[in-house]
Amino acid sequence: MEKYKGYKDLPIMPITDTPSTVNQTGFWKTFKPIFEMDKCIKCNICWKFCPEPAITLDEEGYPVIALFHCKGCGICANECPKDAIKMVMEE
Amino acid sequence: MVKRVVTGNYAAAFAAMLARVDVIAAYPITPQTFIVEHLSEFVNDGLLDSAFMRCESEHSAMSACVAASATGVRTYTATASQGLALMHEVLFIAGSAHLPVVMPVVNRTVAGPIGIWAEHNDTMPQRDTGWMQVYVEDNQEVMDMTIQAFKIAEDKRVLLPIMVCLDAFILSHTVEPVDFPDQDKVDKFLPPYRPDHAVLDPKDPMIIGSFSPPEYIQEVRYQTDETMRNALEVVEEVNAEWAKEFGRDYGGLIEEYKTEGADAILITLGTVTSTARDIVDEYRAAGKKVGLVKLRFFRPYPTEAIRKVASKCKAIGVYDRAVSFSAGGPSWIEARNALYGYTIPVINVLAGLGGRDVTEPDIRLMFDKVLEAAEKGEAENEIVWIGTRGVKP
Repeated sequence: MEKYKGYKDLPIMPITDTPSTVNQTGFWKTFKPIFEMDKCIKCNICWKFCPEPAITLDEEGYPVIALFHCKGCGICANECPKDAIKMVMEE
Repeated sequence: MVKRVVTGNYAAAFAAMLARVDVIAAYPITPQTFIVEHLSEFVNDGLLDSAFMRCESEHSAMSACVAASATGVRTYTATASQGLALMHEVLFIAGSAHLPVVMPVVNRTVAGPIGIWAEHNDTMPQRDTGWMQVYVEDNQEVMDMTIQAFKIAEDKRVLLPIMVCLDAFILSHTVEPVDFPDQDKVDKFLPPYRPDHAVLDPKDPMIIGSFSPPEYIQEVRYQTDETMRNALEVVEEVNAEWAKEFGRDYGGLIEEYKTEGADAILITLGTVTSTARDIVDEYRAAGKKVGLVKLRFFRPYPTEAIRKVASKCKAIGVYDRAVSFSAGGPSWIEARNALYGYTIPVINVLAGLGGRDVTEPDIRLMFDKVLEAAEKGEAENEIVWIGTRGVKP
C-alpha cells in the first residue's frame, strides 16, 4: 500500500504480502565471508546455519553467498568443518 | 445446569473447554499450573478436542498463541506473575495484530522478594500492551468471565486479547460452589470463531507484523486505541446477553453496590470486594452512608462510569493491591485521571500487598478514611497504607 489517507485504509492486522528478502541488509556488515570452494565438501552446514536468506545452493550443491543479505555475523565461518570460509574486513 | 464445588483454576479450565478452544499453549507456573494441568487431562481423556502445546517458557507459550491465533483459531493460555513478566514483549504483538487470545492470569506477587500470594503487580504493569483486563471476585465469575472473554475479544469491533485476572489462592486454590453452564447454551452464546483478518491460507501468504516505518505505526496505535474504546460498549452488551441467558448480571464494566445516597464510595477490584460488600451492609445498618463500586474492567478503563459514580458522592477511596512507587496505586492513578476537574477528594488505600490478608478491620478503616474525607471535603493523606507495620495509616 503506497498511499493511504487514513488509519481505516490499513488492515486491522499489520500485514504485508512482500517477503522480507526485499530488505537489503548487506551494508550492515563489517566482515564479509570469503568462500574457498576447493575446500568445500558440499555438506551444506553453512546454508543450514545462515540466519538470513544469504546463502543459497547452486545446481551442484555448492553454497552461493548473496552479499546484499549477509550481515557478516560469521556463523557460517564458525560452523564450517573444513575451514573453507574466512571472514575478511570489508574495505 | 450443574452445580459443582471447584477451585477457581478448575473453573477457568472448564470454561475454556466449554468455549471449545482449538489451541492451548502452556507453561506451568504457581498458582496457575492447575489450569493447564486440568486442560491437559481434558485433552488426554478425550473430553476436549484441542491442540495442547507444551512450551519451554512463557515467552514461547505466548509466541505460540500469537502464531496459532494468527491462523484464525480460538486460542488460550494461562499464566501468573513471573510468567506474565516473561511474556511481556510478546503481549504487544497480540494486541497490535488484533489477535483475541484469552488468558487467565492468576494474580501473584512479582519478585523481589519472591512470593506466590496475591498481588496485582503482575497484571497492572501490562496495561499498555493492548490487552483487555477484567478482575473477578469469585469462582463463578472466573467461569462466567472466561466464557464472556472469548465473546468480547472476538467481537469484530474489538478483536483484542484479554486477561481474566483472579487472585492467587483466594480463588485459584479455594473451592466454592460454581454453576456449570450447559454446553449447548454456551455453544449458542459463543459461536465458533470465524475471523476475516487473520486466517491461514497457503495460496495467499502474508507476513504479519513485518518491519514498518513511521508512516504506518502511529495509525496502528490509533487502531488499537479505537478498538479498545469500542470494547467499552461490547463489554456491556455481552454482559447483558449473559445475564439474559444465564441469569447472572455482573454489571458490565463496573458493579455498583448501594451507591445511591452514599457520601463515601470505595472502589475495589478482585476478591477484596466481597469483604467490602459485607462492611457496606454493616455500615449502612449503622446509618453510615457508604457505597461500593467493584471495578471489573481495568482495560478498557470505564472513565464515564467512574465519572457518573463521582457525580453522586462526596468522596471516593480507591483500593489497590499494587503500587507504582512514589505515585500511588495504579487503579487510583486511573481513577484520578478519569476524575480530573472533579472537586471531591479521591484517596488511595493500599492493602494486601504480597498477599497479606485484607481483613474486615482493614476495610472498616478504609471506609472511615473515605467518610472522613467526605465530611471534611479534603483528605489528610492522599495515599494511605493500611496494615503496614511501622506506618501510620
